[in-house]
Amino acid sequence: MALLEVKNLGISFGGLRAVNAFDISIEKQELYGLIGPNGAGKTTVFNLLTGVYRPDSGKVLLDGEDITGKKTIDISKAGIARTFQNIRLFKQLSVLDNVKAGLHNKHHYPTVSGILRLPSYRKVEREMDEQAMELLKVFDLDQVAQVTASNLPYGQQRRLEIARALATEPKLLLLDEPAAGMNPNETGELMDMIRFVRDEFKMTILLIEHDMKLVSGICERLTVLNFGEVLSQGATSDVLNDPQVITAYLGE
Amino acid sequence: MKKVMSKAMNKTTKNNLITYAIVIAAFVIMQTLIATGSVPSLIEGIMVPVCIYVIMAVSLNLVVGILGELSLGHAGFMCVGAFSSAFFSKCMKEVITVDALRFFLAMLIGIAVAAVFGILIGIPVLRLKGDYLAIVTLAFGEIIKNLVNVLFIGKDSNGFHFSMKDVMALDMEPDGTVIVNGPQGITGTPQDSTFLIGFIMILISLFVILNLINSRDGRAIMAIRDNRIAAESIGINITKYKLMAFTVSAALAGSAGVLYAHNLSTLTANTNNFGYNQSIMILVFVVLGGIGSIRGSVIAAVILTLLPELLRGMQDYRMLIYAIVLIAMMLFNWAPKAMEWRERHLRFGRKKEEAGE
Repeated sequence: MALLEVKNLGISFGGLRAVNAFDISIEKQELYGLIGPNGAGKTTVFNLLTGVYRPDSGKVLLDGEDITGKKTIDISKAGIARTFQNIRLFKQLSVLDNVKAGLHNKHHYPTVSGILRLPSYRKVEREMDEQAMELLKVFDLDQVAQVTASNLPYGQQRRLEIARALATEPKLLLLDEPAAGMNPNETGELMDMIRFVRDEFKMTILLIEHDMKLVSGICERLTVLNFGEVLSQGATSDVLNDPQVITAYLGE
Repeated sequence: MKKVMSKAMNKTTKNNLITYAIVIAAFVIMQTLIATGSVPSLIEGIMVPVCIYVIMAVSLNLVVGILGELSLGHAGFMCVGAFSSAFFSKCMKEVITVDALRFFLAMLIGIAVAAVFGILIGIPVLRLKGDYLAIVTLAFGEIIKNLVNVLFIGKDSNGFHFSMKDVMALDMEPDGTVIVNGPQGITGTPQDSTFLIGFIMILISLFVILNLINSRDGRAIMAIRDNRIAAESIGINITKYKLMAFTVSAALAGSAGVLYAHNLSTLTANTNNFGYNQSIMILVFVVLGGIGSIRGSVIAAVILTLLPELLRGMQDYRMLIYAIVLIAMMLFNWAPKAMEWRERHLRFGRKKEEAGE
């Protein structure tokens, strides 16, 4: 069975049908791309999947569990994590604390224990530190663990956002334009990293991207959105050679 | 890896220890000066108010600096803590004769009642953001103050009598006594507050707030401040943590109220002590001390509470100098050039520096 199964998803904003009859089925450990022209509704799909918006119609199944219309918190707990088109880090927190915030629902101790510094506080915080440092090491951020997040260079901020998302131990990772604003070199490194995350964490990844080099390089299957509707769907090479897609998005 | 982590932990711990050390040192110096009789009685008399304002500033900083929401009704929670504890102390004056025990219980009651009000007001109010939240908290602060002003409570052989009209409406037996007398407030509260107790309450407030900030819950609160949408996306319960910060802040303001009520023989609720001027003055302490900097709040509250009294000698220039000090502190804390200078010449200080290394 597919990890993510979306059927007939749709939402309207006033008179505008932003997403209509959206279907997608993503297998475990797949690298799946969602592409399309600006304003096609790609980010809206992400917002529907993560509970920022409630869909008017349709169903979302994650690993067999119905998560349609649930709250963002519950969807996070169910196992979807995401990054944002415009980076959204906890700017004034350190890099380490950003990841530890991601571990929030994985480690617990009572508030009182935190205030009184009881043994459970020390034990759990140590576990969180260790797990967070491991994650940071994977993303080559362990040397800057104590730096305030807003002081990181752009590329590292992108990586930190992915690390924070992975800290929630998701089943599905949504990346919203991870290569935005990167030069070809950085994009190349990012591609390696996304592949690495998929293999190392056995992660299923759905990503939105405009960079065709990245899309054709790492995505196994694609869905093309245009005006809120699915224009084409299938294996990457087939979709990219689809005349409809070429006319609507890629250009001759 | 281990080294990086332990170094960081030492840094926050060290920073917190410096804050405690400053407070303890200030207390010891002040106590010595008082004991040797080299402090004018006027100054000695405002030591408890200084403690009260420090607690108020530190607790407001939890909402303004750590949660990142502007609250202008902080004095309202102080009012709740003051009146509930004074009411208790007055009722129990004859029953519990051990002063320390009665004051301890009054403290617990003041804190608990203020915390309950924090929750009750927080639930509707925290749905709002920014300016709207500020306006509504301002209104709630005023509502609390005005409600207390029309509250009449008396006690006679039949038990308690309540009224929102006047003393006559209490309809008591001849043996009854009025405990809360509307605009005249509560008179005859035992004066249990001392500098020492104020100092201990400051330490407790600092302990609670600094430890809360450096825990899992504090991280969640600051994550909400920095980016609400991202915090939600990683599964942080926004309402819960906003309410937690707001309630802890209200409870600590309640403890300041208890100190206030037991420092005066007559407790009334007026614009000067529990009105919005008071709330805004405390906000001034927080802003000038540096939003989010707990140590800054302590220092700003002490200086700005002492200053008007110290300057009492020069009547005409008093407010002029006060204003200049405000501007100087503002520049020292917030001007980019001053920040640069501090980074170069002073080793202690803000988080930004630590990151820059």
